[in-house]
Amino acid sequence: MKVAGTITIVSLLIATGFIFHPVTAAEIPSNERRSGYTFMAPDTRAMQDDDTANPGMLGVLDGEALWNRKAGSADKSCADCHGDARVSMKGVAARYPAYDKLLARPVNLEQRINLCRARHQDAEPLPYEKHDLLALTAFVAEQSRGMAIAPDSAPELEPFVAKGRDFFMHRQGQLNLACTSCHDDNWDKHLAGSAVTQAIPNGYPVYRLEWQSLGSLQRRLRNCITGMRAQNFDFGAQELVELELYLMSRARGMPIETPAVRP
Amino acid sequence: MTTALINVPKKAKRGDVIEIKTLMSHIMETGYRHTTSGQIVPRDIITSFACRYNGEEIFRADLFPATAANPFISFFTVATESGKFDFEWIGDNGFSETAAASIIVE
Repeated sequence: MKVAGTITIVSLLIATGFIFHPVTAAEIPSNERRSGYTFMAPDTRAMQDDDTANPGMLGVLDGEALWNRKAGSADKSCADCHGDARVSMKGVAARYPAYDKLLARPVNLEQRINLCRARHQDAEPLPYEKHDLLALTAFVAEQSRGMAIAPDSAPELEPFVAKGRDFFMHRQGQLNLACTSCHDDNWDKHLAGSAVTQAIPNGYPVYRLEWQSLGSLQRRLRNCITGMRAQNFDFGAQELVELELYLMSRARGMPIETPAVRP
Repeated sequence: MTTALINVPKKAKRGDVIEIKTLMSHIMETGYRHTTSGQIVPRDIITSFACRYNGEEIFRADLFPATAANPFISFFTVATESGKFDFEWIGDNGFSETAAASIIVE
């Protein structure tokens, strides 16, 4: 089975011109960048556009309930400090991952929520990829819907962005692919019937039809890394946060679509 | 947490054909999957959905394990009089949820 699977994937890659295509590692010019939305079928777009048909909105509603619910031994809710999320969280997701001075490293939105729980609510961290953290993150990110991605400009972040870019450009895994092999050089092609797309993370957490649930950007990244047959990382790993950081810098200026729907 | 999203037009003219859209949050576990240790993940699905328009049932559906998570059900009816739509979802493990929406018919 495994050998057959490898042969299928390799022949697919050859058929689509992946393997013999030299990695040019040319980043996509800003006027050619496209949201994953533009690669979707019209009915999937319609699902994202209609708030009463978009299943990601169920997560946003749950997130709003969590926002107002008291948690931890401090007995405080998010709203007790931050007030109305429509005001206080507007634009926040557009600049994350952001630099945390105490940790001296970048943290993504999920990690920021858990840091807030630890520092201000005295609450247990919410586990990665479980509904509560996804819902709360989706609720916070939805407040930035339509706003342009504007990465954190802290100078301390530069080395981390550079590390993320290195990861993106570096060939790895048994198939000897780099992220850039697909998402810069072959984004206009298909792989096993699906559009390759440009790796513009402007709608996370997304409702992915294949997952039948909300999922984070790190879940998507781990999918890709598995597909490349490379060494994977745990949720919350520094390497994944750095990659997120680089991807958001590639997506600078693109509008946030959270909660986006993806096939 | 259970959430439903309902889309019923707020206003309609008498005799208009209106579309009603409902989205219910549910995992819809088929009962055919296994855990890594080989145990079957028990079935947990919505089995029945019904909509009443001022008390009279106008739409009913039975759901089965092939339905995707968070079932989206949309259907049409004729706006006859102002009033209320009541929605009801019933499923495994005692799942029972209701929602309502009102309409003004002119």
